[in-house]
Amino acid sequence: METKNIMIVGVGGQGSLLASKLLGHLLMEQGYDVKVSEVHGMSQRGGSVVTYVRYGDRVNSPVIDKGEADFIVSFELLEAARWLEYLKPDGQIVTSTQQIDPMPVIMGAAQYPENLVEKMRSTGAKVDALDCLKLAEEAGSSKAVNIVLMGRLSRYFDLPQEAWQASLEAMVPPKFLEINKKAFQLGKNA
Amino acid sequence: MKELMLGNAAVARGLYEAGCCVISSYPGTPSTEITEEAVKYPEIYCEWAPNEKVAMETAFGACLAGKRSFCGMKHVGLNVAADPLFTMSYTGVNAGLVIGVADDAGMHSSQNEQDSRRHAIAAKVPMLEPSDSAEALEFAKLAYELSEEFDTPVILKMCTRVAHSQSLVELGERAQLPARPYEKNIAKYVMMPGNAIRRHPVVEQRTRKLVEWAETASVNRVEMGGTKLGIVTSSTSYQYVKEVFGDSVSVLKLGMANPLPVKLIRDFAAKVDKLVVVEELDPIIEEHCRRLGLEVSGKDVLPLEGEFSQNLVAAKLGGTVHTGKTLSEAIPPRPPVMCAGCPHRGLFYTLNKNKCTVLGDIGCYTLGAVAPLSAMDMTLCMGASISATHGFNKALGEESEGRTVAVIGDSTFMHSGMTGLANIAYNQSNSTVIILDNSITGMTGHQQNPTTGYNIKGDPAGKIDLEALCRAMGFNRVRVVDPYDLKACDQAVKEELAAKEPSVIISRRPCALLKYVKHKAPLKVNTDKCIGCKSCMKIACPAISMKEGKAHVDNTLCVGCGVCEQLCPVGAFESTGKEG
Repeated sequence: METKNIMIVGVGGQGSLLASKLLGHLLMEQGYDVKVSEVHGMSQRGGSVVTYVRYGDRVNSPVIDKGEADFIVSFELLEAARWLEYLKPDGQIVTSTQQIDPMPVIMGAAQYPENLVEKMRSTGAKVDALDCLKLAEEAGSSKAVNIVLMGRLSRYFDLPQEAWQASLEAMVPPKFLEINKKAFQLGKNA
Repeated sequence: MKELMLGNAAVARGLYEAGCCVISSYPGTPSTEITEEAVKYPEIYCEWAPNEKVAMETAFGACLAGKRSFCGMKHVGLNVAADPLFTMSYTGVNAGLVIGVADDAGMHSSQNEQDSRRHAIAAKVPMLEPSDSAEALEFAKLAYELSEEFDTPVILKMCTRVAHSQSLVELGERAQLPARPYEKNIAKYVMMPGNAIRRHPVVEQRTRKLVEWAETASVNRVEMGGTKLGIVTSSTSYQYVKEVFGDSVSVLKLGMANPLPVKLIRDFAAKVDKLVVVEELDPIIEEHCRRLGLEVSGKDVLPLEGEFSQNLVAAKLGGTVHTGKTLSEAIPPRPPVMCAGCPHRGLFYTLNKNKCTVLGDIGCYTLGAVAPLSAMDMTLCMGASISATHGFNKALGEESEGRTVAVIGDSTFMHSGMTGLANIAYNQSNSTVIILDNSITGMTGHQQNPTTGYNIKGDPAGKIDLEALCRAMGFNRVRVVDPYDLKACDQAVKEELAAKEPSVIISRRPCALLKYVKHKAPLKVNTDKCIGCKSCMKIACPAISMKEGKAHVDNTLCVGCGVCEQLCPVGAFESTGKEG
């Protein structure tokens, strides 16, 4: 199988680590070669962060380049737009509609662009946008946005529900499992 | 059993399987997780040392005593540890000694992008360079075999994309090795001139033997794919080459960066019409090829700077370049910022307000240079803030002594700030040093250090008293301030700059991200009181923004530190009363 590419993008501290761990586990269990690549350190301090998840028969490069992503999973709208260039021509964006102002916007040096979902769609990108923060809070924790997004992403994969559940159980600490199971379902069915 | 493992975790697994017993490291992105993962194996003693030189010498002592040992650091850390490294090359080892070094091409979290392979060449020690997690594990084990067979320390060179990528590894068992008995050997281990002169030829002979080894070693492998193009490559660059060309070109993949083989490269070059070297940063393999008289392409097309990627390799070497669509309007950048509640914020606000010249250092607080705080004039390397402030003041005298400060974190102070402080005490400049004591090594992700009172496992440990240390060095003026208290900060900075003797201000408040830190309730803005003057915007807190002309607090980010409250002329900030 040709290598498939998933990018997880967001703002440092939003919880992309668990999402990439879950996907890594899930895809490895399906028998794929998998690479997951992230960057630690200074960029994590509220900066724009990206994690690359790649899987297939044999994965070489640990990173995803421009025009290569089958999926961009985004925790934040501006970040989805920032990484748009990495999407394949027929790629799918799954994004939370949450907006977090970056420092140049906070300081008044820049504007947060309006109508980003429509603008991304106008480039030909398929965009699935939903308020994941609201769904995460409904599930019981604002921190479960990552799993809401994973639930949503699962709609685009031809994998049995049990496979996702097994990876959730393997990767989420037991005391948060119920909240995260609920978050997954809310994201999937919203 | 197969596992998806971070490159750094795979190194740790390799150390475990190789029977490594002692690890001493200093944290540094992207090397930190090697030691953080290794400490999970109870069979290995692990510690954070105050700096890389101490770490390397500790590991050397352990190997001398007969146990396999390791030290880990980032590329610039190897500069600090270069002194022991160059002479350990002469003494050789007793049990195996492996040095893990992680380069940071692209400077994701570093002040330069030097190429560590230069250190291996200069110190004449072998260096292995894995290209994924499976190799990281395998090469860590191989490094010990080489170390003991050739009587040399061995460097295991990682880079950001290998260190911080997860890929599949096969786990093995831990080797059960008896300790190698320690035997006194003055001629080998006491490097005074008479002995060192006899060791140098041993080093040169060892390198010749290692070149022979490299000619046939399985870590250096040829993957033939036609004769038109032959690519010599290593590390993560190999992955980009395979991504672009698959098996359609011939590849010589070098797993050993130093020394490089001669015959293997010549034979490979003879089989292909065109020879290209694909390597990040310096043209080390390329220069080697040129010395062998080979016609080769490399840095004439590929950059010396930054990371490579599949698109870059494709664009430069004639592969398929992928492109995507962008929006027509500019996307505002999202640079890293000091966290909400960061204790450094209040102090940097004070330095900005007092128009200080600030010679800074390496840590989260380097973000004090970012607008609107803009309270930093220089950042060079670990510890330079203090020594450079002394030099600045010696050059300008009273003209600068009244406005110049050194700013350094607790961990960086322990790393290499103390010696600079000793210079101030000894050579007497009226310098003011501010130690930002946030009770942790922050930037690399919360590692303990000699001032925190805990060791790498989180168990109680020795705790160095910063105040007592500074006083013992001869500083009469040592004072502690709470950086959340702007008035106290302002007073301390003004008074210590005015003092006609050296002084130390310890700005003390634990990192707001530490789990044990209890936060106050988030604040909110009383919009009836707020006059929209933007005084609170001067501190660049990510929790505060302007909404419809009034200040607004994001209560998911605010930790109630109250710094903004002290800047508000009309008392518009109020507590929400809900403890976080």
